[in-house]
Amino acid sequence: MKQTRWLDYGLRVLAIVIALLFTTVVLLLANANPIEAFKNIIVGSVGSIGKFSDVMVAWVPLLLATAGVLVTFSAGLWNIGMEGQITLGAIFTTWALRLLQDSALPPFLSIILGIIAGMLGGMLWASLVALLRIYGGVNEIFGGLGMNFVATALTIWLIFGPWKRPGVGSMSGTEQFPETLWLPMFDSSRLSPWSLGVGIVALLVVFFLLNGTTFGLKLKAVGKNPRSAFMMGIPTTRYMMVAFLLCGAFAGLAGAMQVTGVYHRLIPSISSGYGFLGLMVGMLSNYQAIAAGIWTLFFAILNIGSIQLPIVMKLDSTLSGVLQGALVLSVLLMEGVRQKMLRKRQGGSHG
Amino acid sequence: MKVELKNIHKWFGKVHANDGITLTIPSGTIQGILGENGAGKSTLMKILSGFIQADEGTIILDDQPVTIKTPSDAIHYGIGMLHQDPLDFPPLRVIDNFLLGHQGGLFPDRKSVKKTLLELEEQIGFKLDPEAYVDRLTVGERQQLEILRLLWLGAQVLILDEPTTGISASQRQSLFAALKILSEQGKAVIFVSHKLEEIAGICDRVAIFRAGQMTGEAEAPYNLDELVRMMFGKPVAVEGRVCAGCADEVLCVENLSIEDYRLKIRNVNLTVCAGEVIGLAGMEGSGQRHFLRSLAGLIRPVGGSVKVNQKEMFGKNYQHFLKAGVKYVPASRMEEGLIAGLTLTEHFVLVDEEQGFFINRERAQKLTNDRIGDFLIRGTPASRVEMLSGGNQQRALLALLRSPLRLLLMEHPTRGLDIESSIWIWGKLKERCKQGTSIIFISSDLEELLQYSDRILVFFNGKVSQQLDAATTSVEDLGQLIGGKGL
Repeated sequence: MKQTRWLDYGLRVLAIVIALLFTTVVLLLANANPIEAFKNIIVGSVGSIGKFSDVMVAWVPLLLATAGVLVTFSAGLWNIGMEGQITLGAIFTTWALRLLQDSALPPFLSIILGIIAGMLGGMLWASLVALLRIYGGVNEIFGGLGMNFVATALTIWLIFGPWKRPGVGSMSGTEQFPETLWLPMFDSSRLSPWSLGVGIVALLVVFFLLNGTTFGLKLKAVGKNPRSAFMMGIPTTRYMMVAFLLCGAFAGLAGAMQVTGVYHRLIPSISSGYGFLGLMVGMLSNYQAIAAGIWTLFFAILNIGSIQLPIVMKLDSTLSGVLQGALVLSVLLMEGVRQKMLRKRQGGSHG
Repeated sequence: MKVELKNIHKWFGKVHANDGITLTIPSGTIQGILGENGAGKSTLMKILSGFIQADEGTIILDDQPVTIKTPSDAIHYGIGMLHQDPLDFPPLRVIDNFLLGHQGGLFPDRKSVKKTLLELEEQIGFKLDPEAYVDRLTVGERQQLEILRLLWLGAQVLILDEPTTGISASQRQSLFAALKILSEQGKAVIFVSHKLEEIAGICDRVAIFRAGQMTGEAEAPYNLDELVRMMFGKPVAVEGRVCAGCADEVLCVENLSIEDYRLKIRNVNLTVCAGEVIGLAGMEGSGQRHFLRSLAGLIRPVGGSVKVNQKEMFGKNYQHFLKAGVKYVPASRMEEGLIAGLTLTEHFVLVDEEQGFFINRERAQKLTNDRIGDFLIRGTPASRVEMLSGGNQQRALLALLRSPLRLLLMEHPTRGLDIESSIWIWGKLKERCKQGTSIIFISSDLEELLQYSDRILVFFNGKVSQQLDAATTSVEDLGQLIGGKGL
């Protein structure tokens, strides 16, 4: 037992080393100094309070996306459609705020209604994927992928069409909302304590949902063996549907947070790849909520830190993507190695 | 090929699964390996076939010591193992499965392979359509496919682990006939089973295992009492048939018709009273499984009436039947019964009737410990179900059943279990009958059907026999009906 735990830790460290080595090779091929690059990433993310608050800003949508991924994965579903669901959340929030900004409602109420609208938007998009899967037999990976494209097209159309700025539409997005409709922020930063709280609470909720409730356990049962779960009397399609809706709500919440807390308007590609990053974190953390929390923070650090690369070293900031991708692959690879070693050690099971 | 195993030891953690096993199997014999679940039979066979390695000991083939590290080493030396669960690729055709294990080039010669396959079938008397899809085959047919494949790969030693679980009586006959032919060809056949009658019927010699040790060897003809004593350490008594009487009606089936792409079942009539046990006999695929599934709402019948507790349930789905107190226990435990990856505790929480939103860990722990004790499951509350042995999985599946139940529908309730476990499980089931639960079960074990049923229905190619009174029916009568005579 103890031995396998050390094996686990060892392999995990090895995975990180492999990912770093791979990234180093990529940097060397690009004629860049790897040590300087890594240093820039660290300084650019945790080097100052201002930078770290930027990390927190990126952490929030990642936490929310990951929370959603954990729910759908527990039900055995790959919600690739996260991106689109985040986008729809942003669209719905923008829509609600546009309607409410001239009303007599107190601003905080408008913000809350906007956020609720965002969650509904995410749920709507997720429910379409779910219906396609459950009643249409369309694998959720394909359905989600398709819905992502539709969501992107919808955003562009809105920004350049019905919601364009007075005069001419531009890639910089729709007209900014008045400051009263912004989530309150810490002084001199873009970080809102409210959105940070929402992100952390979301992951905790998912943690307790999956580990302490019969609902979570049934979700896992459906994910691991839908046939047996059905025979036990668990309504499997209903649970799949709920998993999609929950995930959509978290994704929509992420979109709402981006609109109310960060951009204060709708911009193209507002989902910024957080949905896909959430899926990667899910895989990295082996779908454990607490580990996922730590990995999301790490990914946020990479994302923000790598912004320094083009500024300081004239390197493309996609390097963080290389490192993140390499990490996921090497961790999954090491998981394969671990399984193999365990199988060898245990041999067969029973006589 | 002669196989010698010398002083084989294997530990799994603290469990001494094989404790100094020494066994010689001459070529041209059928060697039985007898023992209850967990006695160490499968472990020894996995060592011989390269799935696991012994911690100590030697394997000698035709007087040459060998090291077998992987299943492919084993087949290289001519040792082929047929597993309890078939290891084939269901979405492919028979012929493609056959090709998969072959060290052919990029473009296999299907035509000549098909010819070889048919020749092999001819030799040992199997009848498989090379172009059939494997997922349409019965367990017995998949087993035949695997045997053919092993022979084709040059197996000189054939290991069969519980080969008769889940196959029909006629498939068992053709399997036994094939094994006789193979042993006459000089091959060594190792037959692992816990079924005394089968071992006694086919094996030239037998080695008996108990708790990791070999407790004795015997040659045909056998003294069965002596074998039982070596197997269990004590003789076991068999409980007789209990009829709890017929007070109220649990199930009433009238003119039920079920249709499938290859089978039509017409006008089945059956009334079951509380506490009754009805056995469904027949070769696999004769319609008994369709019938049983339609009684749980898993298959939608095309006509007739199904009343549970005098309420019409025709066309209702499984959830409705569950609510009416009908429960279905499938034969494929890991596919339709248990959930791999979840622990025993988690299973009990899933089926607990009184569940809140939050999991009550204390209650779950107590419930699990009680059931583990009650059902003698060898495992801990934190054991994942896939780590349990087949017999213990079956016990777990039964332990998951709610109480009270009105009607229990079971496919092969004691498939894969040793005698002692089977008797014990039927003891548990009969307890339920005394409390008013009715049972309808499928079995391919004629003695089980006759011993535990009150009445028996025999299915043959979709046709259903008159109800037979189990007390006045003999194995021979039943066998003839199963074969289609008189139907």
